[in-house]
Amino acid sequence: MSLEKPYLDVPGTTIFDAEQSHRGYHLNQFCMSLMKAANRERFKSNERAYLDEWPMTEAQKQGVLARDLNRCISLGGNIYFLAKIGATDGKSFQQMAGSMTGMTEDEYRNMMIGGGRSVEGNRVLGEDGDAQPQHQPQGAAGRAKKNAQLNKAV
Amino acid sequence: MAKITASVYTSHVPAIGAALDHGKSGEPYWQPMFQGYEFSKQWMKDNKPDVIFLVYNDHATAFSLEMIPTFAIGCAEQFQPADEGYGPRPVPVVKGHPELASHIAQSVIQQDFDLTIVNKMDVDHGLTVPLSLMCGQPAEWPCPVIPFAVNVVQYPVPSGRRCYNLGKAIRNAIESYDEPLNVQIWGTGGMSHQLQGPRAGLINREWDNVFLDRLIADPDGLASVPHIDYVREAGSEGIELVMWLIARGAMSDQTPTVKHRFYHVPASNTAVGHLILENN
Repeated sequence: MSLEKPYLDVPGTTIFDAEQSHRGYHLNQFCMSLMKAANRERFKSNERAYLDEWPMTEAQKQGVLARDLNRCISLGGNIYFLAKIGATDGKSFQQMAGSMTGMTEDEYRNMMIGGGRSVEGNRVLGEDGDAQPQHQPQGAAGRAKKNAQLNKAV
Repeated sequence: MAKITASVYTSHVPAIGAALDHGKSGEPYWQPMFQGYEFSKQWMKDNKPDVIFLVYNDHATAFSLEMIPTFAIGCAEQFQPADEGYGPRPVPVVKGHPELASHIAQSVIQQDFDLTIVNKMDVDHGLTVPLSLMCGQPAEWPCPVIPFAVNVVQYPVPSGRRCYNLGKAIRNAIESYDEPLNVQIWGTGGMSHQLQGPRAGLINREWDNVFLDRLIADPDGLASVPHIDYVREAGSEGIELVMWLIARGAMSDQTPTVKHRFYHVPASNTAVGHLILENN
C-alpha cells in the first residue's frame, strides 16, 4: 500500500517527510555540527576539508559550497538545518529565504513589506502564480534570464 | 487544585528576538509589531501566573535528526537558551517546574498520549521569543516555565485534531494537581509563512484571520482542517499553527473572553498573530 502524500503538487515547495529526511540525513547532521562555535571556525577555515569529514554525496557538498539552498533542499536538506550554514555566514533568515526565489535582497524585503507573496495562483502546480516553475527565477535573476534569451534570439 | 486561567497565542519569529537583543525594537520596521504587545506586557504584570505551560517547536536545535519526538515535555529544573548558530540569546535561564511537569507527564500518558520525557535540553527562539514578547527584557522570567516541544519539522506532524485532544488531556492533568497553582498555557508559532523554495515569502492575511476567528469561536471545527490546507494556504511553515490548538484544547468548554487580538505583516518572512484568551 502506498503512502498518502497530498503535498506533492504544491508549487515551489518541498515537504520534509521521512523520505526526504533519510535522503538528507548526513547533510542535515553536518548542518547541526555548526551549532558549535569551534566547528563554525573549522568550517570557515577550510569548507571542503570540513565537508569531506561527512559521508555526504558530492552533489550535497557542492550544494553547500555554492550556498544553493534550493539544491540542498532537493537533496534532502531541511531549512531549519540549512539555516545553521546561513548563521555561520552571518545571514539572516530573510536573506536565506529570499536567496531561493532569485530576487535580490531588496526585492524580497520589499515584497514582504508589501504584504508578502500572494497565495493566488500559487496553491497548485499548473496555475500561473509567481512561485510556479515556469516563472523561475523571479526578480532580478529572472529579468537577466529573459534578457539573455532575447539577445540570443536577436 | 491547579487551574488554567488563560491562554496566550503568538508567533515566535527569530528576527523578533534579534531585534530586541540588538536594541532595534524602536525602529520604524519593528515599532508597529512591538506596539501590538504593549497591552500584553501590562496584562502579564497584572495577571502573573505561577507557571507557564509553553507549547512551541524546536527548530533543529535540541533535537537533530538523531531523535524526533512528536511531543516532548521538559521536566528539568532549568533550561539554557540555545546557541542556534549566532551565539545564545542574552536572555535569562528558563526555570522549569519539575513537580508539575512530571505530574502532567504521568497523567497525559495515562490518557493515551505518548509523551517523551526530557530531563536535559536547551531551548531555542521558539520558546524564548514568546517570553520576550510577553515579558520584555527582565533579569529573570516572571515564573517557572514548562517547555512542551512539538515536532512540526519532519512530516507527518501531529494533526490538528490530535493536538486539540492533547490540549484537553493537559487540562485534565493540570486540574488534577493538588497545589492551587495559577497556570497559563501558551501556543506559539505561525502564522502564515514559508521559508523555503521559490514560494518563500507566502503570506495569507485572509486565511490567518479566519484561523483566529475560528480558534476563538469554533476550535472543534478548526481542529478538522487537514495539514494540506495549512501548507497550501498558509505556507509550508504555517503548519506550526497546529500547536495553537493544543493551548486552545486546554481551555474550558465555555466561550473564552478575548482580552487582546493583534495581527501584523511582516516580521521578517512571517505574519505575526497574537491572542490572549481568558477562561470563563
